[in-house]
Amino acid sequence: MNDSNSILETGFAVRLRGVNKSFRSGDQITDVLKQIEFEARTGEMTFVVGPSGCGKTTLLSVLCGTLDTDAGEVTTLGHALHALSAARVTQFRARNVGFIFQQFNLLPTLTAAENVAVPLRIQGVPASKALARAREWLARVGIPEKANEHPSRLSGGQQQRVAIARSLVHEPSLIVCDEPTSALDSVTGHQVMELLRDTTRGGRCTVIVVTHDPRIYQYADRVAEMEDGRILRVAAPAPAQPGNPATN
Amino acid sequence: MIEIALKMLFGERAKYAILVSGICFATILMTQGLSFFFGILGFSYATAKNIRAPIWVVDPLVQSVDENQPLRDTDVNRVRSVEGVAWAVPLYIGGTQAKLLSGGATYQVTLAGLDADTLAGAPAKLISGNILDLRLPQSVIVDMAFVERIQEERGKELRLGDMLEMNDRRAVIVGIAEAAEGQGNGSFVFTTWDRAKEYAPGQRSMLTHILAAPAPGWSEADVTRAITRETGLKAVSEAQLKQMSSDSMVTNSPLPYFVGLLVGVGFVIGLGISGQTFYAFVLENTRHLGALKAMGASDFKLAQMIVVQAAIVGFVGFGVGVGVMSGFFSLLPEGRAPLVLLWQIPLIVFLAVTLICMVAAVVCVWRVSRIEPGIVFRS
Repeated sequence: MNDSNSILETGFAVRLRGVNKSFRSGDQITDVLKQIEFEARTGEMTFVVGPSGCGKTTLLSVLCGTLDTDAGEVTTLGHALHALSAARVTQFRARNVGFIFQQFNLLPTLTAAENVAVPLRIQGVPASKALARAREWLARVGIPEKANEHPSRLSGGQQQRVAIARSLVHEPSLIVCDEPTSALDSVTGHQVMELLRDTTRGGRCTVIVVTHDPRIYQYADRVAEMEDGRILRVAAPAPAQPGNPATN
Repeated sequence: MIEIALKMLFGERAKYAILVSGICFATILMTQGLSFFFGILGFSYATAKNIRAPIWVVDPLVQSVDENQPLRDTDVNRVRSVEGVAWAVPLYIGGTQAKLLSGGATYQVTLAGLDADTLAGAPAKLISGNILDLRLPQSVIVDMAFVERIQEERGKELRLGDMLEMNDRRAVIVGIAEAAEGQGNGSFVFTTWDRAKEYAPGQRSMLTHILAAPAPGWSEADVTRAITRETGLKAVSEAQLKQMSSDSMVTNSPLPYFVGLLVGVGFVIGLGISGQTFYAFVLENTRHLGALKAMGASDFKLAQMIVVQAAIVGFVGFGVGVGVMSGFFSLLPEGRAPLVLLWQIPLIVFLAVTLICMVAAVVCVWRVSRIEPGIVFRS
């Protein structure tokens, strides 16, 4: 695929082999993923970048098990998702995957703490214990005082912090982020990415970020470029600029 | 997850209010329709409630207590001669017209002519007067509904001693009784059997019913069978007579169609408003439900959430609806309006509401099961 293959062959968290995915709309079939070969190493932050419509989000959906493939193998955290039943994949996501969405997708009728506690409640953790853990994570992402606020009373940055806390509260091994900064201004975007980097750094948590926001490429350990349903190359991001806090 | 479902439901107050209102409205409509049905059915056997006797004997063709199918005068003695009959007395039931002797409007009334010796079948509760005064010349006892109509017409109180005119004959009011309203105008006038011949329009035989009772040691069932066997007449218990009368009304009147329509409309409205709103509620939450699904909530857990939401809406809407109707019924004058809230009615309505909620929940669960978790990644 490219010169980084030798690095990716060991210690991977995600490995896709020959993955195809197409969508049908009436008589028209659109091939969104074409013979995808992709790997993400454990503990690294891998960005998937490319123009709109190139298949980034579909790739993200496939590798975390929210979308089936038409062909190929998807192995995530050692689980062959392509071979598991839908129920098993759902269980896998509940235990192992944290999600950060472009539009945050916080439940508007729940408080920040209750939103953060959702992944734990899905796993059956008692409400009181889940809420206590949620408050701890809200403190770690810097908004402990917002625990009882509803999302409508939080700024975009605060909402994304809640979403980050929600993605981490059940200590998943994989976090998938879909355009995490596209709804945020530049400063808040950097703050959110720094927070994401700081809270996942040093652990075994693999982060995969789909984005077309070049302002945040500097946070990546590796960047996979996509175009027209294919991965063109996987490489380290551009060298850090002097004085750039993100890469220094 | 249940508490999340409840917060999603209660958090959207406007939609929650619409959902509950739909079920509440359906409950009210269905409760009203069924109460009306049983209320009207009660009218069909009001005569059997006002004239109490263990056994009624009528012409074999009679299907309802108010049917005036004359018997032969000798039939009373034939019934008395049946073994196991303690007593048997003649009774006249028929329609006639009554008005104040001093003038005014004429009212259709049900005239009951009781046996003068025993006064069997006399009203159980008198509001004023004495039942024995029925033996005085020209005396009648009227019911409260009649009194209220007359008082409303002439604008002053009707008293004992006031005079009526029935079939060009004079009658003196000697008592006012409490009685259930019957069909037609619903008022009852009680007099003796002999005097009923004068007050009623002429007919060949004034014996329309025979009241009887079983002798000690005999059951009603045995005696009714014996009377039927030996006289060829139809002998029934009071309960059977009521059932027979209500069955006749159901069979021979358009009531079931009206009530069916009313209850059906209530059901359809409930299903329409609540079902559609609930479905819209789920559709609008598709993204959030998709997010939950992406985060690992199984279809079963999401189905549980939806069923709980539907159940809560159903319980609250039903409770409010039945409460409203109970309150409304308690304001109505007892026995006057054709509305009866039997304990079975809330049960039937509850089952209907449960069905509405189940249909809504099943459709929504189906919809949720088709949500792709990947939807959350689409902007």
